[in-house]
Order: sequence, then structure tokens, then C-alpha cells
Amino acid sequence: MTAPGLPCVEVVELVSDYLDGVLDGEMRRRMQEHLALCPACRVYVEQVRDTVRALGRLPEDELPEHAVTELEAAFAAFRRGAP
Amino acid sequence: MCGSLARRTLGAMAVGDDAELLGRLRAGDERAFGEIVREWSPLLLRVAGSFVSTHASAEECVQEAWLGVIRGLDRFEGRSRLRTWVVRILVNVARRRAERDGRVIPWSALVEESGPTVDPRRFRGPGERWAGGWTEQGAPREWEPEAVLLAGEAMALLLRGLEELPPRQRAVVTLHDVHGLSAEEVCAVLELSHGNQRVLLHRGRARLRQLLEDYHRPTVEMAAS
Repeated sequence: MTAPGLPCVEVVELVSDYLDGVLDGEMRRRMQEHLALCPACRVYVEQVRDTVRALGRLPEDELPEHAVTELEAAFAAFRRGAP
Repeated sequence: MCGSLARRTLGAMAVGDDAELLGRLRAGDERAFGEIVREWSPLLLRVAGSFVSTHASAEECVQEAWLGVIRGLDRFEGRSRLRTWVVRILVNVARRRAERDGRVIPWSALVEESGPTVDPRRFRGPGERWAGGWTEQGAPREWEPEAVLLAGEAMALLLRGLEELPPRQRAVVTLHDVHGLSAEEVCAVLELSHGNQRVLLHRGRARLRQLLEDYHRPTVEMAAS
């Protein structure tokens, strides 16, 4: 299962930096070489990517409308009083 | 790059540029204020949730933070993005609240776990052929299509997993991956170094991936177990 160069056990600790594009050029190249030859690490990388994508789609939690209305009123009152 | 994966892109794109927005707010434009309250409060609620223990407390923190914004608007100097400034106000409110409730360990004193993010038993040992490679049993298997991942049950699991992360990991993952803040904004808001931010994000994501893997493969057998 191991491709030459970086071992899988190190690849999994670099995945986040790899996905965010913050690995330096040399390390990025070694990651790409490894991933080209290692299906298991490709699966791992995809799963982290899926996890991040799913996080971006979590349902939102909203402030109740009455609270928004109160804040709007507080804003209006404060601005009226502001010089 | 991952920020762009997030569905929500708050800030500049959604509410016009900061200078224009600030101008409208200072001119007393209630509609502009209502817009940012509706748009940014979901983020603020989740961030507050990493500090205080109940949903009601989180809501109170968010309301208090907005009152702080109203009062501080004329003092905002534009050294950061407006949204970053608002989130920082919220973080300060939530921290004070958590301290008052006796809930908080000083943020800087928190020792997060260290060590590998994937069970070492899933890799071949040093003496073995292909040392450091996945074992046959340990190698990750493909998940079902994304549609399944996004089904209610997996998302509920992910939400619970996020809430159970160590506080700093939770805050970083929430800001960066759930709400799409840039790494720079996350560091500014939480007063973290870039390196710490990277580590916390990595560990949080790895843990959540594991949670989803366990959900998809409840009966994973470890080669070593």
C-alpha cells in the first residue's frame, strides 16, 4: 500500500495543509507523488475534503426574530441620540 | 482554499464592501444594520457556543455583542474587517460570560491533545515491509456518495461531533470551515498564531472525519485488535 517517499502515516498529518494549499512546494510535490500511487490515501484525502464540505452545509442557527427586532430598535434609538 | 468550499460566504460579497457598509451604518441605516444582524448572527451564535454551555446563554451573548457594536460603531477604526471586529466583540463577551459562570479554563492554558490523528494501529509498524503504510484492515474505504453523507443523520452526527470538539478546535473549525472565514480572520478573532490555527484546524477535521468514518463503517476491525 505504500508509495515511495512519504509514508501514509505522515501523509495523513499533512492533509489539511495540503487541501488548504499551504504546504511548501517541495512537500506539495511529495504529497502529489504519493497520492498518485496510493489509492488508500486518496480516499483519506477525499474524506477530509467531504468532511469540510459537509461542515459548510450544516444547518444555520438563527437569532429569534424578536431579538433582531429589538436590536434594530436599539440601533435606531442609539443613532438618533448620537451626535 | 477550503474556505471556498464553504457554502456561506459572508462579508464583502454579501453586504457590499466595508467602507460602504460602515457609511450606511454610521448614517443610521436601520436596514443595513438588520441585514448584518441576520447575516452574521448564525456565525456569532455558533462561536458563542464554543464558550458558553447553553443555547440561551449563547443568544444572550450575541445580543450583548450587537449592543456593543451599536455603541462602538463610531470608534471602529477600520484596522480589521468590520465582521472580524464584530466577531472579536462577541468573543470577548462570551469569554467574560463563561468566566463569570465559572466554566472557562483560560484559553491560553488549554492543553490540547497531541500525537497522531489517525490510530497508529492502522499503519504497518517500523519492522514491517512497507513500514508506515496502511495495513490491509486499516486502510480507509470509500464512503457512499455525498448525497448520503449529507443526509440528515450524518449531518446531525457531524453537528454533535463539532460541539464535542475541544473548545479551541471547535472555535477554529466553526469559523473556518462552517462559516468560511479566512485563516487570517480566524487568527485575528481568536488571537492565535498561524501555526496554532493550522494545528487546531487539522486536528478538528481529522476527528470529525473519523466520526463520519465510524458512522459509515461501524464495524471496522483493526488489524492489531
